Amino acid sequence: MRQHKLALCKEHYLEWVPAQTERIIRKYEMFTRHEKVLVAVSGGKDSLSLWDILIRLGYQADGLYPGLGIDEGLHYSTESRRLNEKFASERGMKLHVVDVAEVYGETIPAIAARTHRGKEKPCSVCGLTKRHVMNRIARDMAYDVLATGHNLDDEAAVLLGNTLTWSGEYLLRQGPALPGTPGLARKVKPLCRFYEREMAAYAILRGIEYVYDECPFAAGSTSIFNKQLLNDLEHERPGAKLAFYLRFLEARKAGLFAGREDVQQELQPCANCGQPTSAPGLCAFCRMVATGKAVVAPGPGQETEA
Amino acid sequence: MVRIVLREREFEVRPGMTLQAALDKIAILPEAVLATRNGELIEEDEILVEGETIRLVAVISGG
Repeated sequence: MRQHKLALCKEHYLEWVPAQTERIIRKYEMFTRHEKVLVAVSGGKDSLSLWDILIRLGYQADGLYPGLGIDEGLHYSTESRRLNEKFASERGMKLHVVDVAEVYGETIPAIAARTHRGKEKPCSVCGLTKRHVMNRIARDMAYDVLATGHNLDDEAAVLLGNTLTWSGEYLLRQGPALPGTPGLARKVKPLCRFYEREMAAYAILRGIEYVYDECPFAAGSTSIFNKQLLNDLEHERPGAKLAFYLRFLEARKAGLFAGREDVQQELQPCANCGQPTSAPGLCAFCRMVATGKAVVAPGPGQETEA
Repeated sequence: MVRIVLREREFEVRPGMTLQAALDKIAILPEAVLATRNGELIEEDEILVEGETIRLVAVISGG
């Protein structure tokens, strides 16, 4: 790990990653051992490693897998679900599975095709749906906090994208821990200071079986392009990615991106699902689901447990 | 020769060079992959041996 000027053997690496995670959880006051954590898992290296680490550290961590129905060619969602269920059953952990097609009547690609949202790619539909499902399960099942497996490369890529477009409101909201508000779960990213490569190494060394294949819709995405740019920079200047992100957090804390008072938006409950929204009437998710058909109201209990 | 495999792509390099030199030669950033030999991770200063296959695991994901 050139950015840390550190080289570790397998045994010590597998101790170092959880110890660093614990430090990050405490530093950003993410959660305590008395709180219930819901880990959003995709079947990928980051989220499954995060779940593994939280269990090892003794946190109360259950999993949530949103089944997206992305099965073109690679059977991506089918394989992801299988690996998540395998991970949970081998460790005796609780996994909530929300099958989007069962609950909302359509897969992610089908919703994207029907609503013409996101041009030829369903990524914006996918992101909106995952955020809705994660928040709903956290709220309905009384979890204190929602944890995602975003790593430093994910965060630095988003930061680069928002900086290139000077998206001030997004810059203000980006951070390792977003406090909860009425109706919106607290969100935390305990892996935000680990390089993506470090998390892949952790998953492989720990023997975690994860989805190696990329989502078939990810090819050509802006986030992957930004990650490649940042890796080019990192190659020439080891530690550049870490410094970019950490200096941003310091600058934000120091008030460099201090928001105007009027940036705070008034939120009200969605008329259908009850989740907070800045729009009058329906939230963005319910509007999307309702486009061209009656709204499907997801009631509690529409998920299975592995 | 040494075979280097990354998903559907295959490369051949001469034995005796380090993994880092081999990655440079085939224009793959070490930051974007992990290298395995017989399922075990190897470091960038590892010398590649005649006849072996090195499998690269892509680490970049997202969408």
